[in-house]
This record gives sequence, C-alpha cells and structure tokens, in this order.
Amino acid sequence: MPSVPPQQTRATTPPPAPDRRRTAFAEGLDQLRAAATTEPGRLRIIGAVLALLVVAFGAVTAWQVNDRATAADSVLNRSQPISSDAADIYRSLADANTAASSGFLAGRAESGENRVRYEKGIRTAAEKLVAAASNSDPGDPSAAAISKLNRLLPEYKGLVEQARTYNRQGFPVGGAYLRYANEKMQKEMLPAAEDLYKKENQRLRDDYADATPYPWAAIALGVVALAALAWAQHRNYRRTNRVLNHGLVAATAAATVVLLWLVVGHSVARAGLNDSYDHGVRSLNVLTDARIASLKARGNENLTLVSRGAETKKVGEETYDAYDYDFQQDIAALGKGLALAEDLADDTEGGKPVTAAMGNMKEWQKRHSAARAEDENGEYQKALDRVIGAKGATGECFDSVDANLATALKHETNEFRSAAGGGLDAMSGLAIGAAVLAVLGAAGAVLGIGRRLSEYR
Amino acid sequence: MRARRLRASLRGWGGVGAMAAVCALAVVLALLLPLARTSGGEDAGTGGGKAARAEQARAAEECADPEKQTLSPSGADGPTIEEIKNRQGEKRKLVVGVDQNSYRWGYRNPNSTGAAELEGFDIDLVHRIAEDILGDPDAVQFKAIPTNQRIPAIQEGRVDMVVRTMTINCDRLADVAFSAPYFKTGQQVLAPKSSKISGYDDSLADARICTAEGSTAYSTLEQGREDGDLPGSADISRTVPNQLDCLVRLQLGEVDAVVTDGALAASQAAQDPTVELKGEAFTTEYYGVAMKKDADDLVRRVNQILVDYRKDTSGGWQASYDKWLSATLGAESKDSEPPAPQYLRKS
Repeated sequence: MPSVPPQQTRATTPPPAPDRRRTAFAEGLDQLRAAATTEPGRLRIIGAVLALLVVAFGAVTAWQVNDRATAADSVLNRSQPISSDAADIYRSLADANTAASSGFLAGRAESGENRVRYEKGIRTAAEKLVAAASNSDPGDPSAAAISKLNRLLPEYKGLVEQARTYNRQGFPVGGAYLRYANEKMQKEMLPAAEDLYKKENQRLRDDYADATPYPWAAIALGVVALAALAWAQHRNYRRTNRVLNHGLVAATAAATVVLLWLVVGHSVARAGLNDSYDHGVRSLNVLTDARIASLKARGNENLTLVSRGAETKKVGEETYDAYDYDFQQDIAALGKGLALAEDLADDTEGGKPVTAAMGNMKEWQKRHSAARAEDENGEYQKALDRVIGAKGATGECFDSVDANLATALKHETNEFRSAAGGGLDAMSGLAIGAAVLAVLGAAGAVLGIGRRLSEYR
Repeated sequence: MRARRLRASLRGWGGVGAMAAVCALAVVLALLLPLARTSGGEDAGTGGGKAARAEQARAAEECADPEKQTLSPSGADGPTIEEIKNRQGEKRKLVVGVDQNSYRWGYRNPNSTGAAELEGFDIDLVHRIAEDILGDPDAVQFKAIPTNQRIPAIQEGRVDMVVRTMTINCDRLADVAFSAPYFKTGQQVLAPKSSKISGYDDSLADARICTAEGSTAYSTLEQGREDGDLPGSADISRTVPNQLDCLVRLQLGEVDAVVTDGALAASQAAQDPTVELKGEAFTTEYYGVAMKKDADDLVRRVNQILVDYRKDTSGGWQASYDKWLSATLGAESKDSEPPAPQYLRKS
C-alpha cells in the first residue's frame, strides 16, 4: 500500500464535504493511518491505548465496587435495621392490642403489668414510626403506610382510653369502645404495618441484589487490559529482543493486582453477604413471622373469650368459633415457622431458644384445649382463669414463646451483623485502591512506551 | 310493601272514603296527642301522625298480632326438654344466646367481683328458665351473639333459645318460634341533647342514623323511608353488629342519631348523660324468648315459666324490673308490662 503524504489527502478531501463531522472523523482516521505507517507513530498509538485501557479498567472497577459497597453498607446500616424496625412496629402494635384485650377480660382485676405492657407497645410503635419516617423519603412506597399509622395510632389510643374510663364506671359501652379499637387495629393498622414491613423487606432484598452480582464489566476490562499489555510486551520482545520493559511490567503488575483484588475482594464480600442473608436475614424473617404468628394467636385466644362465641365461621360442613379458628391457623403458622427456624439455626446458641419456644408452644396448645373445653361446658370463669390466670394459664406459655423468640432474634441479628459487616469490610479500600493503582499502571504504560520512543530521537 | 298494599286497599274503598278516614284520624290525633305527649314539640302533630299511620299499616298486615302467635303453656316434658335434660356431666346445661352489651339487660359488669358473670333483666329470666328445667339456676352456658346471628344460631342448633331483647315479629315467626311476650317497648330515637333532632320525624333529614345489623330498628327505618315517614335524605346505611356500638359511633360523631328499642335506648342514655331519648316510641313491640320452630314442648314450657314468673312477686318479673330497669325506665313499670298473654297458635 503506497503511503500518501498527509498534506495531499487534506488537499483532496475538502471539496466533496457535505458533512463536516464525517470529514473531520475521516481526517483523524487518515492521520492515524498515516501515523501507523511509522514505528514511532505506532508506539504512540499503542501507548495511548494501553494507558486508556488501564485507566478505564481502574475507573470501571472503582465505579462498580463503589456501587456494591454502597448497597452492602445500606444492607447493614439502613435497610436491615429499617426492616427490623418495621417488624417491631407490627409486633408492638399487636402486643399493645393483645394487652388491651387481656385487660378488658380481667375486668376489675386488671393487673398493672398489663397496663405497662400496653403502654410499652404503644411507645415502641410510636418511637419506631418516627425512625421509619425519618428514614423514608416523601415519594417512598412506605411513606403512605407510615403516615397512615401515624394518623391511626392516636385514634386507637383514644378509643382504648375511653374504653378504660367506661370500664371503670361499670358501663358496657367500654367493651364496645374496645371492640371498635380492636377493629381499627385489625382492619386498618396491622395491615398498614404489614405493608410497611413487606416494603422494607423488599428494599432489603433489592439492596442485596445490588450488592452481590459480580462486576463483570470491570473484570472483562481488566482481562482486556492485561491481554493488551501482554501483547505490547510480546511485540516489544519480538522487535527489540529485550525481555523486560520496566514501565510495561509495572503497568501489568498494577493491573494484575487490581484484577485479583477485585475478584478475591468481591468474592469474599459476596460470600459474606450471602451468608448474612442465608443465616441472618432468612432466619430473622422466619423468626419475626413466627413471633407475629404467636402474637396473633394470643390476640385471637383472648378475643375468643371476649366475644363469647359471638362470631362463627363455617368451613365445609363444620361451624367453628371464628376467633378460635383463627387461633388454630396462627398456632399452625407458629409451629411451621419454628420448625423452619430450627432448620435454619446453624449453631446451638441460635437453635436452643427456638427449641425451647417449640416446647412452650406445645404446652400452650395443651392448655388452650383445656381452656376451650371449660368454655364449651359453660364454665366461663374457669376458662378465663386458664387463659389469663396467674398460674398455669396459657398466658405463661405465650410469654415464654415470646421471650425465647426475642432471644433467638437477638442472636440472629448479631449473626447477620457480623457476616454482613465482614462482607462490607472485604470491599473497603477496593475502590480507592483500584483508582490509585490504575493511575500508576497507566503512568507505567506511558513511561514504558516513552522509553522505546526515545530511542527514535 | 305494606304501604303499597294499604294504598291499594285505600283506592279500592274509593278516594272519598279514604279522605274521610284520614280526616277523622287527624281529628282524633289532634285530640289525643296533647294527652300522650309530655314534652310536646312543635312537630308533635306530624310525628304522631306518622306513628299512627305506621300502626295502621301494621294492622293491615296479614300476620296480625305476632305476639299472640304462640302455644298455650304447659309444664310437661317433651323431646326437646328430654334432650336438654339428658346432657351428661359438665354439658348438662341450657345453652342460651344472650347479649353481653346491653346495659342492665345482659351485660358483663366490668367491676363485678365475679369478673365474668353476665347480669341483667334478660339474664335473670334465663336463670329462672334453667332452674325450672334443670333444677339449677346456674346450669346455663351463655353464648353472646350479635343481633344478626340470633336466628341462624337457633336454626343451626348452636343455642337452645335466645333471650336477648328480641322483638317478636311476623318475619321472624317464619324462621323461629316465640314464647309469649315478656316485655313491651317500641322504637325510639336517641341523639345528643344539643342536637336539633326532635324524634322520628322530618328533623331526621340528612341525619346519619345508626342501627344494629338485622335489628327491628333497621327494618322499621327501611320501611319508614319507603312509606315516606322518614325523610329520604336520612342515611340509614350505618349499621353495626350491636346496638351499643351505635353509642360509640354517636359519641365519636360518626353518626347523628341512633334508633333502637326504647328499652335499650334508655340503657344507652344511662351510660352517657349528654344524650337523650328524642320523642316518643314510634312503634309498639314485644320481646319474646325465641326457640327452634319445632320445639313445641320447650315453647309451652317457657310460656308456663313466664306465667309463673309474672305471678311471682318476690323474685319474679317485678323484682327483676325493679332491680335492673327502674333506674333507666322509671319506677313505674306499667308501660313495660306485656299484655295478658293470648295463645293463638294451635300447632
């Protein structure tokens, strides 16, 4: 191919130029082609491409790693705590409602303990709602649920206080207020809290999905950069018989370190995060669901006595007490949840409280059947004693289940934090390190090529 | 429907006759109302006129005097009573559907020492029935049932009987059997003292009215709206499971008025000094014990018990009235006493 002087090309091209940009591009291309005909020109091009590749590799690595580190940080410090807060909101609301209905059942004998429990539930819910509100942006899907709960909580509390006042005066309208409060809780507040919990859980899963995928773009660029460096050195060796070019070797070393760091660091982080999900979040979800099921069961057990058979449910041919039917469903959910949690628990410390809760639940079922039998025989007072009484009542079993599940939850939260924290640590420094090393590598490549270029002067 | 039939029959008699009847009625009312009304509102004439018209419509109903459609009393045991008596051990109890929300009728006093015992006028009667049938006043299993579950509970056999301020009426007679009446009452309006509502009349226009689901109050209002007794703008869609829930809605300002039996409305007013009964009762109704339609022996037995209960001056009807209801309905029980029972049902 004959080499054409660049001036000539420039002189012939302008006339048929309908599109200036095309011409400029063609011009550049021709310039490049012209440069490529001489060895110094080729070297310049190779140096520029190598530097560009290494810098691009560093930049994409920094960007992708940073994204994942941010997501991992969000998992650990934002979405998981928020999702556990949302679960707490649900739990404390249900707890307060259960305490209120127990208080009603007890009548004049309402214990201070019940009152404290109710107040604590309301307080916790209010506090966590404030936290959840400050963590959500106005457009968030959870914002609607939060503002709904914020609106309903004082309404609910007002109804319960009215109920209490009327109860003290001996008026049955107190019971009507309590029913209304319960309806508000069951039909509006708990569904909103459940919605919030689900949305926050979704956010947690999204953060996991953002944190764990391999940074393929960065890895591919790294491989390309290394291949280009290897080719350049091979070419250099063929042309000059010199084995080592210091600059290019340094660039290769830097790129190799970044690539290894990226792959190993991310794999470790990914393992940590996956571990925190499998042994932390999944356990936490199962335990939280079990705890909520036990709360619902307790609430329905109380309502069975509050309503005294007022509501029935027909399933197939059989007619059941509506609340007792729900209780059986909740207990079944609790049993399933506990069995699953037992499977998921990967150490004795996590497994022990779950096994204990399982035992409490079985005792609860036994005592519940006894209480139901009393009630079915018209021995209402005896049934009441077996449910909210001081000794040997189902209330004891419920309290134990709840306490054991709280212990298990605490343990799993720690497990989660250490696994996810380890994962996050594995990515720390990677973004900055990659950027710095890439700049050094690019400089090495440029210097290495520059050294060869200088031989032509 | 009733009104349509009435109007049709009026047309049948000829317009003149009908007009004359209405005029005569108006004259009679104008004479009688000042006597009947103690509070005396400006709209007394219209309100009373409507009540009278509703009364007339009721008379035109094919099933006249539902409170008389019951069997004659008898103390003999039959298959239903045998079945109850044959229940074994802990189960040897009379299963009765009651209310636990009607102050002084059937309710759980939150401050009573027994903590869980139901008490009230209806509950006293239940204990008396249990004592008579099973020999033990406490051999009762109380089941609380919402207003709209009273009839299904009896039909499905979940309860032996319902003693729960239940009005005897023709519709219900098709599904269950009633005892002779044990109490007389009528629908009445309850509203805040400060409210402009003055009774069952035009002052209820645009008002949101609360009733219990499946209650006589609700069907009366429905009928009233059809007949034009109740302004069409009144919102009667606010129903709740129990009449007492209406008081909650009223206090929270979610409704403007409550319509329920006068006896129960008085119980509501007794729990809140800021509400009061507005106007007179605009219907006449009788409470009865409801049982399964084919439980003839039980119906006769309960009627016998009611006869004895009325006669018993020391621990019977009067004593129970004095204990529970005199505070809310007045010491004089004459307005609440059922008429001498008639037993027109033959089988």
